[in-house]
Amino acid sequence: MSTIETSAIETSAIESSAIESSTIESDFLGSLLTPAADAGEHHDAWLKARRASALERASALSVPTTRDEDWRFTDLSSLYRLQLKPAQAVGQVDSAVLKTLMFPEATTRLVFVDGHFNTAATSIVNDDKVRVGSLRQALRDDTWRSARSAIESHLATIASVSDDVFTAANTAFLQDAAIVHVAGGAQLVDAPIQVINVATGHEMRSNPRLLIIAGKGSHCTVIEDYVAVGGSAYLTNSVCEIVIAPDAEVRHVKLQREADTAFHIANTTVLMQADSRYRNWSVGVGGRISRHNLNVVQNGTGIDCEMHGLAMISGRQLADTHSSVDHAFAHGGSRQVHKTIAGGSAHAVFNGKILVREGAQQTNSSQQSRNLLLSPRATVDTKPQLEIFADDVKCAHGATVGQMDADEVFYLKSRGLSEAAARNLLTYAFAKEVVEHIPVASVVSVLESHILEQTRNKEA
Amino acid sequence: MIKDNAPELLDVQGLTATVDSREILRGIDLNVRAGEVHAIMGPNGSGKSTFAKVLAGHPAYQVTGGMVRFDGADLLELSPEDRARGGVFLGFQYPVEVPGVTNGGFLRLAYNTVQAARGKEELDPLEFDDFIREKMQLLEMDPDFLERSLNAGFSGGEKKRNEILQMALLEPRLSILDETDSGLDIDALRIVANGVNQLHTSDDAIVLVTHYQRLLNYIEPDYVHVMENGRIIKTGDKRLALELEDRGYDWVAQEYRERAA
Repeated sequence: MSTIETSAIETSAIESSAIESSTIESDFLGSLLTPAADAGEHHDAWLKARRASALERASALSVPTTRDEDWRFTDLSSLYRLQLKPAQAVGQVDSAVLKTLMFPEATTRLVFVDGHFNTAATSIVNDDKVRVGSLRQALRDDTWRSARSAIESHLATIASVSDDVFTAANTAFLQDAAIVHVAGGAQLVDAPIQVINVATGHEMRSNPRLLIIAGKGSHCTVIEDYVAVGGSAYLTNSVCEIVIAPDAEVRHVKLQREADTAFHIANTTVLMQADSRYRNWSVGVGGRISRHNLNVVQNGTGIDCEMHGLAMISGRQLADTHSSVDHAFAHGGSRQVHKTIAGGSAHAVFNGKILVREGAQQTNSSQQSRNLLLSPRATVDTKPQLEIFADDVKCAHGATVGQMDADEVFYLKSRGLSEAAARNLLTYAFAKEVVEHIPVASVVSVLESHILEQTRNKEA
Repeated sequence: MIKDNAPELLDVQGLTATVDSREILRGIDLNVRAGEVHAIMGPNGSGKSTFAKVLAGHPAYQVTGGMVRFDGADLLELSPEDRARGGVFLGFQYPVEVPGVTNGGFLRLAYNTVQAARGKEELDPLEFDDFIREKMQLLEMDPDFLERSLNAGFSGGEKKRNEILQMALLEPRLSILDETDSGLDIDALRIVANGVNQLHTSDDAIVLVTHYQRLLNYIEPDYVHVMENGRIIKTGDKRLALELEDRGYDWVAQEYRERAA
């Protein structure tokens, strides 16, 4: 890529339009906080209390606009104008269609449709070390007894609701969730778990929720997957909480394959304990507007995390990733590469914060934001932020924004490739670097074909 | 080898070209016939590499005058890919690194694209594997090269071998090798030169762009041209290269200016 090296690049800002009125926003918040029909269902007292306090918080907050610093490039006014209804029941999805969405390596699969657990499509291989299922099952089924106190300790305590209205709304209406509980020492290296969230998408909103609890020294791979089988505008407002005990490793693949008409707002918050490892791959290709808040908190020494992000968008799509890594203890490490590919009039946003607190000596952190613009109308805003309060650390960060390098295109053309073939190959290569190390082979091949298809069809 | 009745492959007349409105080529004349090896030498900035890139169709250079015929057709009318498919090959001075594209996959794509354009048979991955391994032996390349990303992290010598491997695959009629000798140690130079010599027949021609006489000990030129300031100012046989090695370029320029005066 021909690139501009800089620590902070901010290109054209989109100002919110003057006609946007605060009424639209407060009406939307009101509808967001309208309970679904079954919201009064009995739950344990601790959960009720957490939901109530989240509802209280959500009611005190307002939905973000481009006047908020954290949302200045991501204008949700088109979402606020929609009349979204809560998804009331499990939507209908053809089982043959569902089958095409499943990754064969994942023998354990949880299926949620519009945020509701679909028992029929779910396939679970549970043993005494691993519990995978829905929150409702976990709270009533005896086989879950040993996992229940851990669920109570962590559910709706990791992702903060204090200044995030979407997470607060998700928590306020937390009725069901996907739960992955891996007991201490369990090794699920070659048995990835897939949590499929299917949207049937018709002016609906859903609040998918995932909690992963990795016990001491355990090892698991979870694919958190958002797919659409419908086409019209809808909102997925998801929250994923992950807690990783000492010496454990979680490999987390988040796939956002929503419809191009969808709004996808997601929060991933990871709480890491001493000597644990977290590897994240977040790939987003769908959504009219998507936002991923990825927060990693290192709450112990010797922690290591990796984050590999890819947003590949075209047309009028906007993909926004805000990440933060909080290094609070010594000997922590983090490596992040976030790539975006924007064609058409698409707009990619990245904001990556690395915080190294005073006690976090010997932190080794790197962050790269690399952005490829395929068309003159595409834009990218990227802002790596380093805040360092310790004096003995190694931190590197950088951002590049570029069009495709003319010398690279020429090199491939000089070997007989057409202009389009050369450009597609280079785009593919740029994206492939992120996806090729995803630890599930069928995920890699699905994404690679998607990337190839996208480079062929959607360059305009 | 020079043969009197060999067909003309490349005919360049009065070629001028600019980059960013700066004139780099100021009227090049060159005639290359099948079977011949030409060496273009000259000091830094004389326009040698620009000439090579212009022949291959690099978009950064604007041709402002003159003509280039390749095998009877107007070369300057053709896109870079059509030049490649038609049999023009540029061995790059700095081959581009493309992480994420495997070398083997790229080589097969390039080979099949060019084969299809020539109406020849394409190879499936298995057939291609056999075919490419044989070509790699010519350049003493390890099969590992196929699995690595295209040129990414290759040493200078590995990149240049990979260039000649592409030349072997694409079977060009005119190969322009731009400073293929730079960055090579003696062993790599010998291997690369040996590869080029084995690929060269009486049907194709080679234009070597080089700074040093060293390469010409291995690939013997029929003609040696000296470029300066965007023109070919002297042409001789291989003895000229030795003389340049001995005396430098200044005397050639001096002689040219005196002749012009």
